[in-house]
Amino acid sequence: MADLGPLVPRNRAAHPVAYDPDYKTSVARSPKWALLSMESTPSEETGPRFGHQVLGEWDNNLIMNYTRGKAAAMGERILLHGRVLDEFGRPVPHTLIELWQANAGGRYRHIKDSYLAPLDPNFGGCGRTITNENGDYEFLTIRPGAYPWQNRGNDWRPMHIHISVFGHSFGQRLITQMYFEGDPLIDKCPIAATIKSRSQLDRLVAPLDMSKSRPLDYLAYKFDIVLRGRRQTMFENKLEGM
Amino acid sequence: MVQPLDRLVETPSQTAGPYVHIGCIPSFAGVKGIYAEDLGTSPINGTPKGEVITITGSVFDGTGWALRDAMFESWQADAAGKFAGHADADPAVTGFCRFAADKDRGTFTLTTVKPGAVAHRNGAMQAPHISLWIVARGLNNGLQTRIYFNDEDNTDDPLLSRIEQTPRVQTLIARKTGERQYRFDIRLQGDDETVFLDI
Ligand SMILES: [Fe+3]
Repeated sequence: MADLGPLVPRNRAAHPVAYDPDYKTSVARSPKWALLSMESTPSEETGPRFGHQVLGEWDNNLIMNYTRGKAAAMGERILLHGRVLDEFGRPVPHTLIELWQANAGGRYRHIKDSYLAPLDPNFGGCGRTITNENGDYEFLTIRPGAYPWQNRGNDWRPMHIHISVFGHSFGQRLITQMYFEGDPLIDKCPIAATIKSRSQLDRLVAPLDMSKSRPLDYLAYKFDIVLRGRRQTMFENKLEGM
Repeated sequence: MVQPLDRLVETPSQTAGPYVHIGCIPSFAGVKGIYAEDLGTSPINGTPKGEVITITGSVFDGTGWALRDAMFESWQADAAGKFAGHADADPAVTGFCRFAADKDRGTFTLTTVKPGAVAHRNGAMQAPHISLWIVARGLNNGLQTRIYFNDEDNTDDPLLSRIEQTPRVQTLIARKTGERQYRFDIRLQGDDETVFLDI
């Protein structure tokens, strides 16, 4: 493997703020002191790798994976697809992507979710896949419903899918959420609003992608993900004094 | 004007939320049957070289309440300081573990092999440590920190040496509480707030 340099330092302004009083849970959970910044070390530059042997036949098909192909989940069928790249535009191949979401009525299959919308007996709510050599990935799923949550008096989450990506280094680890083009709840959501840069928030909104939609079957949404890059210069590989 | 700098910007983080377990540890959320098994249930398989230890702790918010919904990931080297994937690495150490705070009390337990010192790129040695990543509802960005050990020599560790307020170094050091047992608590706020990393 090429001798890669350190991870590019995170641009914290591209990320949400830790403390935001409109997202009440963040108030007591946000660290107050500055983070300790340091150049990455092998502990952050290495990371777990997962091969196709961890994947099962139905893992990236949330419409069918809870019943293992016996019955389809309720809801608007969609293909979610995209590419994982690094900050230099290089594809991130063979990396694990996991997602989880509410069902079409906005209810999660979780011991702690007691929203009055019913569970769908054919929907579990999680899936995973590994990007191909070009960094591409695909999931079949249903569009999750918006749901209310206890925060301010009447807060609702926009339709969203939670997405977890590993990359190739522990320091690239990222969990985010994708939203859907045209959802009016995005601009009312205090969690989305923890991202103070409008252009960065827009990057979490997946556009409708009719070119990948399959007639009479599913719509498609495209969601590209960018992970931290690794610095590579000719100087990095040079021996001392050369 | 200058040439455009055609760099991409990292995708912004969002909170993992209260239902992170569905995606990452589905059996913990009560979602069974989709995957054969949860990912990263243990950082060791079989009998690794070195000492197998157990680390217990909690994450406390600014009011002193232990988080019941946090999820953790750990990444570490084997007893000789080699990471999985390295030619000389111990095949019994995957190095990666996922675990959740207990639903009722908010405690976590990590059973793993005690890591060895890890060489830095410049040849300096880092004291034995485990990298820890914490996500939960209310955390808009995953928090990175490290677990060091109070029965190791931490004096020359390059990261610990950078902490200006030396009493804060203790927030990154697990205390030995018994034979092969350690305690490591994380505090999100307050006088003894844990040192979190931007690394
Ligand atoms: Fe959610």
